[in-house]
Amino acid sequence: MERQIRQLAVALLVLFVVLVAQVSYVQVFAAERLAENPANAKRQLIAEYEVDRGAILAADGRTVLAASRKSAGELRYERRYPFGPLYAHLTGYYSFVYGRSELEQEFNDFLAGTAPQLLRQTFADMVLGRPRRGASIVTTIDPVLQDVAQEALGDLPGGVAAIDPRTGDVLALVANPSYDPNPLSSHDPALVRATWTALNADPDKPLLSRASDELYPPGSTFKIVTAAAALENGYGPDSTWPNPSELDLPDTVETLENFGGATCSGGSEITLAEALRQSCNVVFGEIGLTLGPAALAEQAWAFGFAPTADTGDVPFDIPFQTGVFPDPSYFATRRPAVALSAIGQDNVAANPLQMALVAAAIANGGLEMQPRLVSEVRGADGRVVETYEPEAYSQPMSPENAALLTAMMVDVVESGTGTAAQIPGITVAGKTGTAQHGEGLAPHAWFVSFAPAEDAQVAVAVIVLDGGSLGSDATGGALAAPIAKAVIEAALDR
Amino acid sequence: MSQAALPRGRPRQGAQIAFTALALVIAVGAYVLAGLGKRGQVPITLALYGSIFAVGFAAAALVIRRFAPGADPALFPTAAVLTGLGFATIFRLSGGLAAEQATWVAIGLGAFCITLVLVRDHRQLDAYTYTIGLIGIVLLLLPIVPGIGRTINGARLWVKVGPIGFQPSEIGKVLIVVFLASYLNQKRELLRVATGGVGRLRLPPAKHLMPVLLAWGASLAVLFIQRDLGASLLYFGIFVVMLWVATGRLAYLLLGLLLFALGAGFGYAAFDHVQLRVDVWLHALDPAKVFDVGYGQLAQAQFGMATGGLVGTGLGQGSPGLIPFAPTDFIFAAIGEELGMLGTVGVLLLYVVLVGKGLQAALACPDGFGRLLATGLAAAVALQTFVIVGGVTRVIPLTGVTLPFVSYGGSSLVSNFVLLALLVRVSAGPAPVRPKGGG
Repeated sequence: MERQIRQLAVALLVLFVVLVAQVSYVQVFAAERLAENPANAKRQLIAEYEVDRGAILAADGRTVLAASRKSAGELRYERRYPFGPLYAHLTGYYSFVYGRSELEQEFNDFLAGTAPQLLRQTFADMVLGRPRRGASIVTTIDPVLQDVAQEALGDLPGGVAAIDPRTGDVLALVANPSYDPNPLSSHDPALVRATWTALNADPDKPLLSRASDELYPPGSTFKIVTAAAALENGYGPDSTWPNPSELDLPDTVETLENFGGATCSGGSEITLAEALRQSCNVVFGEIGLTLGPAALAEQAWAFGFAPTADTGDVPFDIPFQTGVFPDPSYFATRRPAVALSAIGQDNVAANPLQMALVAAAIANGGLEMQPRLVSEVRGADGRVVETYEPEAYSQPMSPENAALLTAMMVDVVESGTGTAAQIPGITVAGKTGTAQHGEGLAPHAWFVSFAPAEDAQVAVAVIVLDGGSLGSDATGGALAAPIAKAVIEAALDR
Repeated sequence: MSQAALPRGRPRQGAQIAFTALALVIAVGAYVLAGLGKRGQVPITLALYGSIFAVGFAAAALVIRRFAPGADPALFPTAAVLTGLGFATIFRLSGGLAAEQATWVAIGLGAFCITLVLVRDHRQLDAYTYTIGLIGIVLLLLPIVPGIGRTINGARLWVKVGPIGFQPSEIGKVLIVVFLASYLNQKRELLRVATGGVGRLRLPPAKHLMPVLLAWGASLAVLFIQRDLGASLLYFGIFVVMLWVATGRLAYLLLGLLLFALGAGFGYAAFDHVQLRVDVWLHALDPAKVFDVGYGQLAQAQFGMATGGLVGTGLGQGSPGLIPFAPTDFIFAAIGEELGMLGTVGVLLLYVVLVGKGLQAALACPDGFGRLLATGLAAAVALQTFVIVGGVTRVIPLTGVTLPFVSYGGSSLVSNFVLLALLVRVSAGPAPVRPKGGG
């Protein structure tokens, strides 16, 4: 019996050794793999919210657009957005149910402190037993300009984009309607779900930015692209074009008329510059047909437009829907569409950020800078861990042609359709647009501009959707130009 | 039997009382730390629960000193640390369950003391072989009785009479060990005799084989009728181990393993829930299945332990609430999350000490009954721990049994304290012969 008891002791000890081996396997050797299991979402979440997530700051490095604060609940930190809807389309939300969006998503590695650049600090935190801290993101957004743009746009549906043409820095990016990211980022699942459901059920789609996510016909503002194509193809500002009251569209019985149905003033022939100043649809239709779809497409694509909505290649720090100009093959059986496209109708589409890039390229001597929203990343200790320098995107125009087009756009504001954007003592270059988007629907009012024309510091594009406050009487000059003016004034005051 | 002649007595009790004081510090300390970790403050229940542990442990230590002076000094303190760690973990999971568990700790310690006071010499129990055996079997099968039996979580383990519910199989387990120790001690010479067999595998005559087959049948009955995989495995394991130790015949162990394999194979073929258990065991982390209920539960236990890593999140600072059945079946995973591998290995070492000391008491015991009794009780603790910890850590398919002294549950805690009292009693050696008579 004694021998068996001793053997039993050894056997039971073996069982315990097996358990110790398995426990060390589960808790140490397989721990990382287990942590990444798809069913482990709740713990991944808890681990994620253990981090003192970095802040998202305005260009001044002080104004806090998004920050973490301690929470009393199971999740340690809660995300707060002090300005509510104002920066929602830039910061995005940080929801434990629906994930992240915009900067919260694109810069998550830095904000969550997992980026390799932060290794030194996170390692020090780990050794000292401190919670992991994320890095802060410094954006290019000027909070004063953002305020002014939001105030100027008021409650009107639409968007405003302001860019520094020299660097591509996005100074303001405002869109209506917006949403408050705070309830989406709260730790109350019922509130998060209810908010999410309501936002997604909203026919106005507030989660999408009218300034950079959606596409609209650019209307007459696209004439600056067509004009750029004409200049690049050897037609100077003084080149003359027939000036009838209407243009017979090829292959159809349809005609293209000027806005309001009248003939542009200036006789039977008209210069390119004069046609832009008066925004003559008929003349730009002719120009489009003369240049042909390939030249138009090449010019539009050089500005960042893409053949389809999902092929855009303008890099940006948050998702950006670039403009669309169809592939030339599209026009093979649709010749009238060439004329319509030249005046920003048919399948041509854009948004304020895209049009601001076009204006900025013209303003910057034809060199289009890549739009930049994040300028640097600062570690939790304040040290700069990453800097993003301005980068060029393309050279859609020669400097000479850019100067010529600038002068033409100055005329638009001085004595053309864009006089509402005049600022005493400042030369403003601009182009209006009043884009039809359906029979019986009030038009979208556009204004695309930059100033000062001789040394541009800011390019601004504005869209007010569906006639804004003026309904079917809306025009870009009446509705959108004053908004752009307010933003330019504020930008030049800074 | 030279050990029996060694002087035993009070010197060992100084160590026992020091160990118990240390156990009290660990138990109350863990519970206070859990409160600090969870709420950032010393638990408001400190005075109440602290005094339950202080008074209960002190009472047990003094009863051992008074009524079992020769007892092993480590047995009770080891179980006391386990009880304290379990209580801290339960408290951390649910204040309400902690209140119940504190009551059961008090009752369990009371049962421990009463057992030691009533059973002055383990050989007293040897006189009631069949009575104890009968009560054990009845308790085991009580949940089958219509009207009082209750099915909880798919297993028919519970008896409910009026408002009081309990798991009679827990105390039945202890009684059956006592019965087997007594029965096998009486019959072991008969069972040793090999008369037939194949080759080197010599087996005793059929009439003496009957108990093995009977126990096998009873285990299968528990499995079939009560659907209690864990208990079935445990009973059969205890029985085979005791039979082997009693007779010294390896044939019984081999036969037992064979019968176990047959029973397991049959159970697998016959029962969906057995097949499910095996599939869950093998595929708990399979991405295609991990979101299903049974798989997810076991997966969450793995995730909890993995989160704990080497040193754990700290008591009260993890999220063991995400582990299903954390206070009962999966309490080992909850400990793993907050105390890490250091905590889980520490708990396993405490069981090694407990079981080792139990087997040491068996070796030191001069009589066959006491030896078998201590061996059976120690093996019961070891096998039960292996079944549940192995199940939780995916060494074997999970079958729901409690982790002795640690899991939430009154029936389990009280019967384990009775079991511990019997081990302490055996370790104390035979009662001194007194003028009144007795021994």
